[in-house]
Amino acid sequence: MGDRSIRKVYLDNTATTPILHEVREAMLPYLGEAFGNPSCIHEWGDVAREGMEAARNQVAELIVAEPEEIIFTGTGTESNNLAIKGLALAQQSKGKHIIISAIEHFSVLHSAKTLEKWGFELALVPVDKYGLVDPDDVRKSIRKDTVLVSVMHANNEVGTIEPIREIAQITRQNNVVFHTDAIATAGTIPVDVEELGVDALSLAGNMFYGPKGVGALWVRRGVRIIPLLDGGVQEGGRRAGTENVSAIVGLGKAAELASAGMAARIEHLTRLRDRLLTELPARIDRVVVTGHPTKRLPGNASFCVEFIEGEAMIMWLNSQGVAVTSGSACTSKALKASHVLIAMGLSHALAQGSLLFGIGIDNTTEDIDYVLEVLPPIVDRLRQMSPLYAKFVKASKGGK
Amino acid sequence: MPVYSQKVMEHFMNPRNVGEIEDADGIGEVGNPICGDMMTFYIKVKDNRLEDVKFKTFGCGAAIAVSSMVSEMAKGKTLEEVLKITPKSVADELEGLPKQKFHCSNLGAQALHKAIEDYLKKKKKGGGKE
Repeated sequence: MGDRSIRKVYLDNTATTPILHEVREAMLPYLGEAFGNPSCIHEWGDVAREGMEAARNQVAELIVAEPEEIIFTGTGTESNNLAIKGLALAQQSKGKHIIISAIEHFSVLHSAKTLEKWGFELALVPVDKYGLVDPDDVRKSIRKDTVLVSVMHANNEVGTIEPIREIAQITRQNNVVFHTDAIATAGTIPVDVEELGVDALSLAGNMFYGPKGVGALWVRRGVRIIPLLDGGVQEGGRRAGTENVSAIVGLGKAAELASAGMAARIEHLTRLRDRLLTELPARIDRVVVTGHPTKRLPGNASFCVEFIEGEAMIMWLNSQGVAVTSGSACTSKALKASHVLIAMGLSHALAQGSLLFGIGIDNTTEDIDYVLEVLPPIVDRLRQMSPLYAKFVKASKGGK
Repeated sequence: MPVYSQKVMEHFMNPRNVGEIEDADGIGEVGNPICGDMMTFYIKVKDNRLEDVKFKTFGCGAAIAVSSMVSEMAKGKTLEEVLKITPKSVADELEGLPKQKFHCSNLGAQALHKAIEDYLKKKKKGGGKE
């Protein structure tokens, strides 16, 4: 290990995807001559608005929605904040009880916690060892004063795809607004708001080869939402502030390319993912696959490696040219293990060994094989200095 | 900009004194998996000096680099000198640590001091019997 000239393998597409060349090209005019404010009625405004509205159509097509129902935001996090706070606040005369799953992204979880401080009651629905929500648990949590349910379409850390349609049937029967965070799925797997049966849905550009700094929230016509930002009447009065036109145009282009290429992308990602999911545990002892075996995002391969810690693995992999991420306490700035892994029932020690590969459309079989070659010696090396591994070895020798 | 200094990276990738001492004179164990890191230090004492220091660490890059640095700083020193090793002096020798990793240098110094306490306790017990 060390300093031979090395291959570069980016496998952190859950943090952000690269920006496609076509997306960048589509954006450039709006960072140049087409700089106008889309709210203005002169020629400059017209040009910007045209670009932005074309993007709204492209995003609407991606999720089979109406363009007027799309609100452009600054990030996926903003979309989730707007959904959770905005949908709950709009209904507070009806009730102040909201339900989310235990494995939601922090932008949903912390928004819900903020609502708690504002006088709402929060119920957390548990998940099983695969990270799956049981729709029946949602049914049991619904009360007369429940005004909002939010369950993510798929979890970004372990890739588990949730039974959104089944949950939507329950929320509809009970007349409760249902939001889903589709940031991990929109642009990656088919997302159809009618088929899912949800009332609001979040997505973000940098999860499917678009730019950062842009997201969208779809809200079904007729569903009320209180804006978080006060100001002008951009985005139908639901999100004030001059729109980030170039990023929005990039998001639109990324949505168009995702719709067109989705089937081929899924096939490619699934093949690479399955190779990693089967080969890594075959080559390294005591490795656990996290997440669901089949209800799983095509690009997600997540593991926990016993007896060692994730950040140390990331640093060694980085020295070998490989970029990945981890849900270990040491990699989080809050120094807490991933709440997702803990909610799935993993021990803190095991969660420390979390390793997440976010496979992207640019990755190749050679990339995966390279990881399979460089990771086992890294794990060996770290285990040789781990007191937990030493204890395990002693205990297993003693057992014989 | 890299998160860690070159010195941290160097110790992380080539840690000194990894291992256990079978007949250690003192052992210091700190940390737990919930906070993230666990360190075990083993020391061998001769004529009031740390003749040998070894460690095993479960933890992040900073925890491993800190363990390595602590072992290097302590080896060959007198007990009095070793007790003067502080989290800050370890972090300084590593050319700094990110804020959220300061607790790793605390753990390193703690584990070493605990090993010395263990040695002194054993010595007292042993001396009493004579």
